[in-house]
Amino acid sequence: MAIFIDKSTRIIVQGFTGKIGTFHAQDMINYGSNVVGGITPGKGGQKHLDRPVFNTVKEAVEQAGAEASIVFVPPAYAADSIMEAAEAGIKYCVAITDGIPTQDMMKVKIFLSRFPKEKRMVLTGPNCAGTISPGKSMLGIMPGHIYMPGNVGIVGRSGTLGYEAADQMKRLGIGVSTSVGIGGDPINGSSHRDIFERFEQDPETKVVMMIGEIGGPQEVEAGQFAKENMSKPVVAYIAGLTAPKGRRMGHAGAIISASGESAAEKVEMLQQFGVTIAPTPAAMGETVAKVLAKL
Amino acid sequence: MDIHEYQAKQLLSEYGVKIADGGLAYSPEDAVQRAREIGGHVWVVKAQIHSGARGKAGGIKVCKTHEEVSDAANALLGKRLVTHQTGPAGKQCLRLYVEAGTDIAKELYFSLLIDRAHEKIVMVGSAQGGMEIEELAETNPDAIKKIHIEPAVGLQDFQAREMAFALGLDADQVPHAVKLIQGCYRAMRDLDANMVEINPLVVTGHGDIIALDAKMGFDDNALFRRQKISELRDKTQEDPREMAAADRGLSYVGLDGDIGCMINGAGLAMATMDMIKLAGGEPANFLDVGGGASAERTEKAFRMVLQDKNVKAMLVNIFAGINRCDWIAEGVVQAVKNIDMKVPLVVRLSGTNVELGRKIIEDSGLPIITADTLAEAAEKAVAARNEVVAGRYQPPASRDTVTSL
Repeated sequence: MAIFIDKSTRIIVQGFTGKIGTFHAQDMINYGSNVVGGITPGKGGQKHLDRPVFNTVKEAVEQAGAEASIVFVPPAYAADSIMEAAEAGIKYCVAITDGIPTQDMMKVKIFLSRFPKEKRMVLTGPNCAGTISPGKSMLGIMPGHIYMPGNVGIVGRSGTLGYEAADQMKRLGIGVSTSVGIGGDPINGSSHRDIFERFEQDPETKVVMMIGEIGGPQEVEAGQFAKENMSKPVVAYIAGLTAPKGRRMGHAGAIISASGESAAEKVEMLQQFGVTIAPTPAAMGETVAKVLAKL
Repeated sequence: MDIHEYQAKQLLSEYGVKIADGGLAYSPEDAVQRAREIGGHVWVVKAQIHSGARGKAGGIKVCKTHEEVSDAANALLGKRLVTHQTGPAGKQCLRLYVEAGTDIAKELYFSLLIDRAHEKIVMVGSAQGGMEIEELAETNPDAIKKIHIEPAVGLQDFQAREMAFALGLDADQVPHAVKLIQGCYRAMRDLDANMVEINPLVVTGHGDIIALDAKMGFDDNALFRRQKISELRDKTQEDPREMAAADRGLSYVGLDGDIGCMINGAGLAMATMDMIKLAGGEPANFLDVGGGASAERTEKAFRMVLQDKNVKAMLVNIFAGINRCDWIAEGVVQAVKNIDMKVPLVVRLSGTNVELGRKIIEDSGLPIITADTLAEAAEKAVAARNEVVAGRYQPPASRDTVTSL
């Protein structure tokens, strides 16, 4: 199985009957993802997109065997939905919602840490495009057709820049094992490093491509982890070379507020950790191709 | 979202943080009136702008007579103050805070921030106050004390005490400092702030501990549940272009270059700007048009970018996921037709329905330069900009001229 999801992974949609939830649930079903139902409190017992609606995640786990969930719940209620999924025994959750308050995410992280590691739900996002294992399953909002199955693992903060990377690779005949969006928020469910750990263990992944950006310490931490613990080569691109200090560039987390958080500083640190840097965002595909050719 | 010093002090004092007597003034007469109400014989007139380092910029004046208060107010009101945090344009001072002069025995530093690495609130303190913490972190990192706070249980008194002792306070001052530190923490937690900074925190000649300056920043994502905080917004302190964009559901940051950008997605937007730079140009702005961009929204985004008179060429880069290239193309064509564009336009479309999108652009007959890849798009935008700068670019005849023919 690919990291996190496979053809058989039983998926539920939180915020199933809303406009956005409906649109993307249908898209995931069309892609071949095994969507077994969804949650909308108060609409339990109804059918939506030919699948059962449940009042609680617990019911979906008990009655439909739900293993993974995707959250489209509005920001004010999203943290609650994520914690409900964790408590109900969901193993993997993708939070798409953009705009969750930072202190809510701090609570979510503490809530998750209460569980022993083997029972702890893995969360990716929020404010991300989701996860796709091409040809197997899509738990996200990306255009599935731009990803070709293959052996490069992608982890990135940005949605469309991740599409750009996958597209460049596809033009060069390079496929993707799994692409994981960790989201653009300052506090997120999983870091680049957490996903590196998975890719290192994943037999289907040969090379890892990290798409980072300005702000926060996660790219550098991941680079250090790669140097100390990984056998697989890592390629990285860090967006935001032209971003001025102290200005938020769209993503809540994309702001240079401390030393070491600019693109240039991150690139320098990553190079010291032996990570291969894509010199421009247009060279992500060819840099991966060069690294693959050396294997 | 940032707020003014006087607003932060008001909020913090509701949480038990001690501050000096003070009041707000919009005119020199107001300022003198505030000084009368406060009493005493030393006052500080402080420019209220959203920036630190106001002292160095001449925004803080110590006065010993009512006449001096009036003069200081006259000098500051309406003035644009430039600090390293405001950028070269500076920020205009339209409000003053008049405060009782404080007899300072010792200046300390205290703040609460979100530590992204630990995913917790962190308390930062130093016995060396008055200077900026970034400066201190470089020159004397050992003088800085950091204590992380467990989100589940909140700040404990023993932690506040540890900080108070680290600040070098006397035993009888420590309980007062604990109260102030707890107040700052509760304000941060209850109001969804993402930073509280007291610099300097001072010990007065009488041994009181007060917040001589106060700065608070708030989590924009939490403003929906903090109406009281939202009401403190001062639009005169924010970039009018960024505010106008936010009102239209767009994310815009104005920069110093001359190649305007419209892109979908924050990461791709930053990457495209990087590409422009690497191709030898400078981006005029960051603009994320977002997912599901309609023709209407696209046109609004165009107007936003072209409002900046520095713009000498414009680059549109869309990787359509939820978006569809044909919708974007229709929006671009409509925008170019409706807006009298005086600068060249480069469009790169990729992703869902890309062929349809390209056909719409080609069939429009408009002078739009198209590009296939990110690199090509940036190179063509820089080349087009250079043509404009060299005076070789002929803008298409404007609609008025066409009608008059």
